[in-house]
Amino acid sequence: MSGEFRMPSLGPDMEAGTLVQWRVKPGDAVKRGDIVALVETEKGIIDVEIFSDGVVDQLLVPEGTHVAVGTLLAQLNGGATRTRQVIEVGKPSEAPQPLARSAPVPATHAATSTTPTTTIVPPTISSVPSPEAHRRKVSPAARARARELGVDLERVTGTGMGAAITIEDVVRAAQTVDKPGIAEPAHDMRQIIARAMSRSKREIPHYYLSLTCSFAKARAFLDRYNARVDIESRLLPSCVLLKAVAQAAKAMPEFNGFYKDDAFQAASDVHLGVAIAMRGGRLVAPALLNADQKSLAALMIDLRDLATRVRAGHMRSSELSMPTLTVTSFAEEDVDSVIPVIYPPQVAIVGVGAIRERPWVVEGQVRAELTVPISLAADHRVTDGRAGTRFLATIRNALQAPEQL
Amino acid sequence: MNTPTIEQQILNAFLQVAPDVDPAKLKPEIPFRDQFDFDSMDTLNFAIGLHQQFGIDVPETQYRELASLAKTAAFVRSALQQDGKRSTGPAAT
Repeated sequence: MSGEFRMPSLGPDMEAGTLVQWRVKPGDAVKRGDIVALVETEKGIIDVEIFSDGVVDQLLVPEGTHVAVGTLLAQLNGGATRTRQVIEVGKPSEAPQPLARSAPVPATHAATSTTPTTTIVPPTISSVPSPEAHRRKVSPAARARARELGVDLERVTGTGMGAAITIEDVVRAAQTVDKPGIAEPAHDMRQIIARAMSRSKREIPHYYLSLTCSFAKARAFLDRYNARVDIESRLLPSCVLLKAVAQAAKAMPEFNGFYKDDAFQAASDVHLGVAIAMRGGRLVAPALLNADQKSLAALMIDLRDLATRVRAGHMRSSELSMPTLTVTSFAEEDVDSVIPVIYPPQVAIVGVGAIRERPWVVEGQVRAELTVPISLAADHRVTDGRAGTRFLATIRNALQAPEQL
Repeated sequence: MNTPTIEQQILNAFLQVAPDVDPAKLKPEIPFRDQFDFDSMDTLNFAIGLHQQFGIDVPETQYRELASLAKTAAFVRSALQQDGKRSTGPAAT
């Protein structure tokens, strides 16, 4: 059986990535979940896993190449017996159509200067369908963006597959009108966040609900638990909150999954995305896999591992591509609550506000109680406020019985 | 006599937690939180690092003693002193 390994999509906002390093060579046996390559995106360097077992046949893209999502990177198990051009690793000069972010060939500029009759055709390789030289490939989203920004597509250099014009190209072209230069990484990050959030606000009819819950029982449980265990096994409040959300997602699958092709597909597993801010302005939301099935102790180990790897730059491709529902926490921040924006194609996001003492009424008496506001933004195409209310109540109830989490 | 100072050992533990921080920019008196977005996960990992480095236990209720490099150094010195007194006793492990 032959197999293909392609540049994965590590989230809806990714269009391309740079293959930084191969971790395998032809002849190596690989199994599902092995890290086979390092890929650099705006989110940093990602450890990319393979999703089938087999033997590596050929590596088709040399290290250092910037390629579009979906580009064939390697063949497994004799898949290369078909007519494929083999690229020897370590010879970047033979790179298959590198997208060359840093040095795109401005075809239109060349054409307007001295040789108006010559059309410069971007280099292609045999495995990529050759684009017609004169027809500009433009993604519908890029076309729409160009209209918004007033960018003339004829003047944009395409860096996508087959020199297609991507949204990035359009945005870059809009910027270079005023100030040429290479964008800063942090600036790139803001743009990809903006792109995903704009898509979310444009396509998803959000509704928002919030509920303030007592966190006193959860805190007391944490104090008891943490006094009993080794320092390495202590739990953080976020661990309890994440588990409560994961259980609610399992119980109400209409909040856990993806909206794709005009339909909602509930996910069978709960892979809980955790929004983690990285120092330097980066924001990522990798997943805690199967969060609903893990004990608090196991979840804490995963959370610590994830946070450490995010900081050190070793996120895995599965973590970035798989979140079925995301949690964004401001539990330690000085805000009352957060009204979050759904990360498409997910259909809901849970926000956690500051855990602190607030006035609380119990049996007609006001007292100071440790509380946490939990908010929900959800997709009206899939659920409504009544279901959302039940979802938040499920989370609240779980927090009142933390020993059962 | 090339044993690292307590400050150096603390700095090592800190850099394990925050490898992306430039130690030259670390101001000893200013809380980590105000300098580098230090969160509860970082604090916990820092406490674990100190435990591994010095063998001291930092109860959850005393995390605030680890707010800055200077405060941490004072806390570690005092904890080591108490351990030293204990270890001179017959029941020392």
